[in-house]
Amino acid sequence: MAALPRSLTTGGAILFVVVLAALFGPMLAPFPYDQMDIMARMTPPDAAHWLGTDEFGRDVLSRMLFGARLSLLMGIGATLVSLLIGVPLGLTAGYHGGRIDEAIMRGIDLVISVPPILMGLLLLSLSTPNVWKTAVAVGIIYVPIMVRLTRGVTLEIAREEFVLAAKARGERLWYILAAEILPNAWPPIIVEAALRVTFAIMLGAALSFLGLGVQPPSSDWGLMIAEARPFIDTAPWIALAPGVVLCITVIAVNLVGDGLREVLDPRLRRGRG
Amino acid sequence: MIAYTFRRLLTVIAILAVMSVAIFSITQILPGDVAHMIVGQFATDDQVRAVRLRLHLDDPGYVQYLRWAGGLLHGDLGVSMMMERPLGPMIGEAIARSAVLAGISIVLVAAIGIWLGVYTGVRRGTRADRFISVGSYFFISVPEFFWAILAIMLFTGYLGWFPSTGYAPLSEGFWNWAQHIVLPVATLVSGLVAHVSRLTRSSMIETMQAQYITAARAKGLSEAVVIRRHALRNALVPTITVLAIDVGLLMGGIVVVETVFSYPGLGRLLIFAIEQKDLPLVQAGILAVTAVYALANLAADLLYAFFNPRIRYGRSAA
Repeated sequence: MAALPRSLTTGGAILFVVVLAALFGPMLAPFPYDQMDIMARMTPPDAAHWLGTDEFGRDVLSRMLFGARLSLLMGIGATLVSLLIGVPLGLTAGYHGGRIDEAIMRGIDLVISVPPILMGLLLLSLSTPNVWKTAVAVGIIYVPIMVRLTRGVTLEIAREEFVLAAKARGERLWYILAAEILPNAWPPIIVEAALRVTFAIMLGAALSFLGLGVQPPSSDWGLMIAEARPFIDTAPWIALAPGVVLCITVIAVNLVGDGLREVLDPRLRRGRG
Repeated sequence: MIAYTFRRLLTVIAILAVMSVAIFSITQILPGDVAHMIVGQFATDDQVRAVRLRLHLDDPGYVQYLRWAGGLLHGDLGVSMMMERPLGPMIGEAIARSAVLAGISIVLVAAIGIWLGVYTGVRRGTRADRFISVGSYFFISVPEFFWAILAIMLFTGYLGWFPSTGYAPLSEGFWNWAQHIVLPVATLVSGLVAHVSRLTRSSMIETMQAQYITAARAKGLSEAVVIRRHALRNALVPTITVLAIDVGLLMGGIVVVETVFSYPGLGRLLIFAIEQKDLPLVQAGILAVTAVYALANLAADLLYAFFNPRIRYGRSAA
């Protein structure tokens, strides 16, 4: 087996640690995420609180570990939503063509006609947000990209002989889509999905930052930064810790996406600088 | 070109018409009673009834929509529930202030991004190229709101160069105005420049391998002339598309940046409206943003068609 690209191994290693933190964070955390300590408000990092405490004396490291779960959930959840809605629509549009294709693509144009964050604002504006609603809203924003991509790949594959053969055998529609076309369409979809996870983590964090995601007292990295905003002069560690971890996570997922692209899409290899 | 422009303009109008229905119906589909949501759970029945009356919530949905849409066509965006002021002028002023931020930012993004892209594209593989590529990777991965926080920490907290938040109109002096606008613009530009420069770089690399570039070099033209006159024009066509996408990202970024820096533009107004559950303001504000975005996309498409005649004569792909 050929050596894996370095971006994939590096990114994968970092991501592995982040996922571990998300899975076992509450067990590893030295304090409960919402335990206040009035006597130890905004203490700088020390032996007891490795990353200091916030304005209520809550341990920043513990909150960050807890937040890892929510931030990753939003990123991965949103991507799954966009896949679950986008891929079937794209398959249908690409395979059927004609009116069905036209109808789906016009609907997609409509979703695209609103800038991403505003689509999130529109979807989240009037009900009380929570982490799931935010994940779904972000997922819907990325549906158009998934539909377009899947449709494009499907258009190509639908012309292949094995698909025509399946059609001639009289196979049912869902069988052709799921068993003949989808297995051949997934490499570019996986690459795009990896990329979407990074955007979804950032957009989810941004929405939480704006107050339209995770609600206090629980906290993802975006909300932690928002809550730390008034204290950045006196207690910068409260904002820096989740911010730096957020950036590292995004870089790691980006690296994994690039690595996957190199492994899965040989066409792109020659174009690399 | 005129036929194409006309066709695209019709698309914009159609999108806005459908969007107005969509924005309006979201408020109808939402679970729960809108009036209850607005006044809160501790309100008396009288208060709820007053809100229902004021917003005409007891009329059938299509009547409510037609009243709203009819008002829009007459330039009447409705009245803000919280501030009891007509929305038209309020949104107009906010858009103007946001447009200043967006305009300065997009010009800087285009200028710096294209310059960096060309610079690294023609120096592929050199140390400068690698340094800038790694840097842009890093810049793409930092969310805007964190840039904003970092900028405030460094430039207002530590160095004390700029005020951290607020806005000063131009009438209070250029320097005062500029001071308030530097950090928001810098935050907006930081992430988007990397997009543009990365795309311009790869497009430049591809173009430099084209035969007409070899031919131009063979004629004995200097490298600078080859790049400026022959390569750049073609390499920039995809850049226009990415700039159009960036306008969308920029509008999202503006919401974040205006909130962090307390800059009184459309983004902050929208967040305020959502926090206060000011329904008419939310609806009008989102429709206004959609309109601006549609027009920006229209401008990008027209520019693209201008540079690339193949688009003009084909079936509209949009």
